[in-house]
Amino acid sequence: MLEYTLLILLIPVFLFIFLGFNFKRIKEPVSGIIGTVGLGITALISYYTAYLYFSGGINGAIVDGHYAKVYALNTVWIHFSQTLHIDMGILLDPISAMMLIVVPTISLMVHLYSIGYMHKEEGFTRFFAYLGLFTFSMLGLVLATNLFMIYIFWELVGVSSYLLIGYYYNKPSAVLAAKKAFIVTRFADFGFLVGILMIGFYGKSWDFGVLTSEEFITNLSHTFGPAFMGLSIITWALIFIFVGGAGKSAMFPLHIWLPDAMEGPTPVSALIHAATMVVAGVFLVARLFPLYYFMDEGAALNVVAAVGTFTTIFAAVIAFTQYDIKRVLAFSTMSQIGYMMLALGVSGYDGHEGVGFMASMFHLFTHAMFKAMLFLAAGSIIHAVHSNYMQDMGGLRKYMPITHITFLIGALAISGVPPLAGFFSKDEILAAAWEKNFVVFGTGYLVAGMTAFYMFRLYYRIFWWKDTKYEHTPHEAPKTMTIPLLILAVMTIISGFFPFHNFITADGKPFATHFDWIMVGASVGIGLLGILIATIMYKKENILSDRFAAAFGLFYKWTYNKFYFDELYMFITKKIIFAKISTPFAWFDRHVVDGTMNGIGNGTVWISKKIKGLQSGRVQDYAMYFLSGVVVIIMIFWFFYN
Amino acid sequence: MNWNTLLLMRQELVLTTVILILLVVDVIVKNKKSLNIIAILLFGIYTILGFFPSGNNELFGGMYKNTELIFAFKNILNIGVFLITMISVSWVNKKMLPLNKVAEFYALMFSSYLGMLFMISAGHFLMLYIGLELATLPVTALASYDMFNRKSSESGIKLLLSAAFSSGIFLFGISMIYATGGSLYFNSIYGNIAISYLSIMGLFMIFAGLAFKISLVPFHFWTADVYEGAPTPVASYLSVISKGAAVFVLMILLFKVFSNFIDLWIYLLYGISILTMFIGNFFAIRQTNMQRFLAFSSVAQAGFILLGFLSADQVAVSAVVYFIAIYVLSNILVFAAVQSIGLASNKYNIEDYNGLYRTNPLISIALMFGLFSLAGIPPIAGFFGKFFLYTAAASKGFYLLVFIAVVNVTISLYYYLIVVRAAWLRKSDNPIQFYKSDIFMKISLVIVSTALLVLGLFSPFYEYIFSISNI
Repeated sequence: MLEYTLLILLIPVFLFIFLGFNFKRIKEPVSGIIGTVGLGITALISYYTAYLYFSGGINGAIVDGHYAKVYALNTVWIHFSQTLHIDMGILLDPISAMMLIVVPTISLMVHLYSIGYMHKEEGFTRFFAYLGLFTFSMLGLVLATNLFMIYIFWELVGVSSYLLIGYYYNKPSAVLAAKKAFIVTRFADFGFLVGILMIGFYGKSWDFGVLTSEEFITNLSHTFGPAFMGLSIITWALIFIFVGGAGKSAMFPLHIWLPDAMEGPTPVSALIHAATMVVAGVFLVARLFPLYYFMDEGAALNVVAAVGTFTTIFAAVIAFTQYDIKRVLAFSTMSQIGYMMLALGVSGYDGHEGVGFMASMFHLFTHAMFKAMLFLAAGSIIHAVHSNYMQDMGGLRKYMPITHITFLIGALAISGVPPLAGFFSKDEILAAAWEKNFVVFGTGYLVAGMTAFYMFRLYYRIFWWKDTKYEHTPHEAPKTMTIPLLILAVMTIISGFFPFHNFITADGKPFATHFDWIMVGASVGIGLLGILIATIMYKKENILSDRFAAAFGLFYKWTYNKFYFDELYMFITKKIIFAKISTPFAWFDRHVVDGTMNGIGNGTVWISKKIKGLQSGRVQDYAMYFLSGVVVIIMIFWFFYN
Repeated sequence: MNWNTLLLMRQELVLTTVILILLVVDVIVKNKKSLNIIAILLFGIYTILGFFPSGNNELFGGMYKNTELIFAFKNILNIGVFLITMISVSWVNKKMLPLNKVAEFYALMFSSYLGMLFMISAGHFLMLYIGLELATLPVTALASYDMFNRKSSESGIKLLLSAAFSSGIFLFGISMIYATGGSLYFNSIYGNIAISYLSIMGLFMIFAGLAFKISLVPFHFWTADVYEGAPTPVASYLSVISKGAAVFVLMILLFKVFSNFIDLWIYLLYGISILTMFIGNFFAIRQTNMQRFLAFSSVAQAGFILLGFLSADQVAVSAVVYFIAIYVLSNILVFAAVQSIGLASNKYNIEDYNGLYRTNPLISIALMFGLFSLAGIPPIAGFFGKFFLYTAAASKGFYLLVFIAVVNVTISLYYYLIVVRAAWLRKSDNPIQFYKSDIFMKISLVIVSTALLVLGLFSPFYEYIFSISNI
């Protein structure tokens, strides 16, 4: 009955193959329309599936009052042992059903938007083909039934991200950025793979249903005691898996690829680098959440919390000083994903304890909506002004009213102003952190204010500041671009009211939440404070901000240069790894390894030359060989038998 | 025996009918060209009949038996023969139509295949022997079918002589088994035969007779000469159907009938597998003629198949059957490409393929798919075929052998890629001109290429084979 869910994957991959093979034949708007319609159908099927799941219309979706995992499809793909096999299938559970709403929605909006945005770009059809590939991979990732399948789609997502960042392949900076993103995430994925293999070797299963089941985890904790640095081998495996997740989700210190990835077309940034792919790390931890929570009393989860907390403030500080509007948004994304990570990190499991988990997923959902909208709005601004830099902007509110309103809604939402979506999810995260750890809470609280400040700095610098004289008068984007913006704006306004705690919780059981009015007041207060400061500093052109920059001097310069992390990595790779390690290895490879291989090759040819006489062409010889073969074999085995 | 049990051997009965009808129709029909279509239709009906389920039972007191696995294996070969029939059409039309020998060609091929069906289902050594002879004799005629070509005649006579010789040894082996086991029924020999000098001798002589068909070293010498001279459809028939059937019979004999000799034959297979892979590869590297090249490549592939035998359990059976299914498709694809090019241009050398992609892109793609599958490049099905063979060998701890096999795959990759390079990258002043294949060739090329891609990604097929793999 659930076989139709396969269509959710098949339609996007068909779009990819169809558009990819015909990219020269299908011309401009047609391929965009084909892609959008295809995605629309995918979205409808996905919504229907998610609705069926949450409403309990699927057999086995609700067991004893809590949501359970449902295998819509599952077949063994490669078989290793009774319990260990690589499967291919579709798994429905609260978080994958939620992602079935997020991914197709954003992807559909981006498809529609791109028809306008990519107008008259070279390779229009190619772009839509790549979008199809990405959507397919991302949906495969969220629907995967086991660790290995998720890994396969994880890499596919990486490839499509590479292709899309490097879309303008004749632009050197885009090519560099694509390479950087691919290499950094690939490097992190190595950790992921090691983790997967460790889980397979010690846990003897990759299936999510098994991995998250209670008896399996109890069994594991009894079997594996402390192995290294007081942590069990499974915890280390989980930490390795988190390295992979941190790479995709641009967590410190693997974050360096995300800002550069903004070289890709803006719709791509909205889809991949704001809403879907970058939250894959969060999704992965959520997927294995019981394992993270119960192994060694959550040791691996503490790592997640620490990394998330540090990244959230680190990225927020950098966002203060950037001038490229897409980069500000990129750092803001990093910061918000850090938020989700820290929420997972401080979450408990049972009932209301698991509010962090719920808040993290909630924030993932709302963030996807408003951040995609902010990126799309930024895209429409860039489309109008032909620049990424806020120095070239100012006063745009008069020229682009729709973009202005949607951007404002997005900025208010991310600052946590009620009743917009960001307010609810952020409030839950802070509440969860408050119950658990004061440092985490304090950082999160501070970042809430900082977020409001840098977002409104961005907003004012784009839409107010001064009346810039433009060479070409900027004008509002075409309908295909403004409609997705408006739809996402509506989503941003209403998505905060979804009762997430009834559907998506760590243990699958709904729980009751209550507003802690002090917490609400405090978090709204700091958001408003941030907005206020930004208003004073940036509403009208003034020199306040320059003065602040001068006052902070060195620190400002550091921050502006993203704490020199790119330079540090460059130094490590070029000066240390390439020069000191790779060069000797290259020599070894060229002389010893290649030498051996050439030797084997030459040897093979030599032998084959020597033995060609055997094949004489005379049947009597063949009979002779045949008979000698039989005799020799019989003799040998007679000898052994003796 | 009643009607129901007789239905058990309906495949053999229907195929016999098909052959008879073909011979009769040949007399009646005036338009000889239409005989091609009649042959394809008749064999197609027969193939479809094979997909109706059948029971597990024995006939004639155990001389003939059918199990689900045997049935599935016959279906795999049926599809193979069906594809070869489709591919043969263009060759037959060009060479045989003027001589009025269309129906004969198909009748001979189907007769030989009928022998193989009996071989596969045999439960008695004489049944096996008769099946083997019936399978061989028509093929010798087919190999020399291109009657104005001296090489073809040479190929036929060499096959006849070698096959006669190997049959002699095979029969000799059977008589020794009868001497020690006291019976020729598989069921009675199984478990009742003691290891002795005589029975060892018998076993290995029987082995040699089958190894001849599979072309294992040192019983492979006929392969290259016969493949080179034989008409291409016949060569492909020999390399996939004949070999596949013999492998299956060998599996039944070793795993079931001679299962208490396991400590002996497992080392024999170990050694022969290494020898076969190396010799096949060493010779394949130097070949310039495509058909000769494919002959040695099929020798090397036979060495890989033995790898799967080593675990001697359900995994082994499923790995080998799966591999053969994939191998049938891949080899047919390559042979089909070779034949279609050969017919259009009369060129059979690897060098002649230079620049093929520029003039005939589609056939180059098909050729590349087939070669990649033979070489075992993922995600094409050939990779999984080899992978399961390795798994089977590794599951019993034969890691060294797996390593040797991997080395050999690397060598084989080299020569398969030589052909791909010639077709895709090399330039030529005098490339093969653009040509159009007939509809049957086109259909079979598309079917096989798609099947190779799909089977690589579609696992239930392997799972199904695994579930029925008990001998």
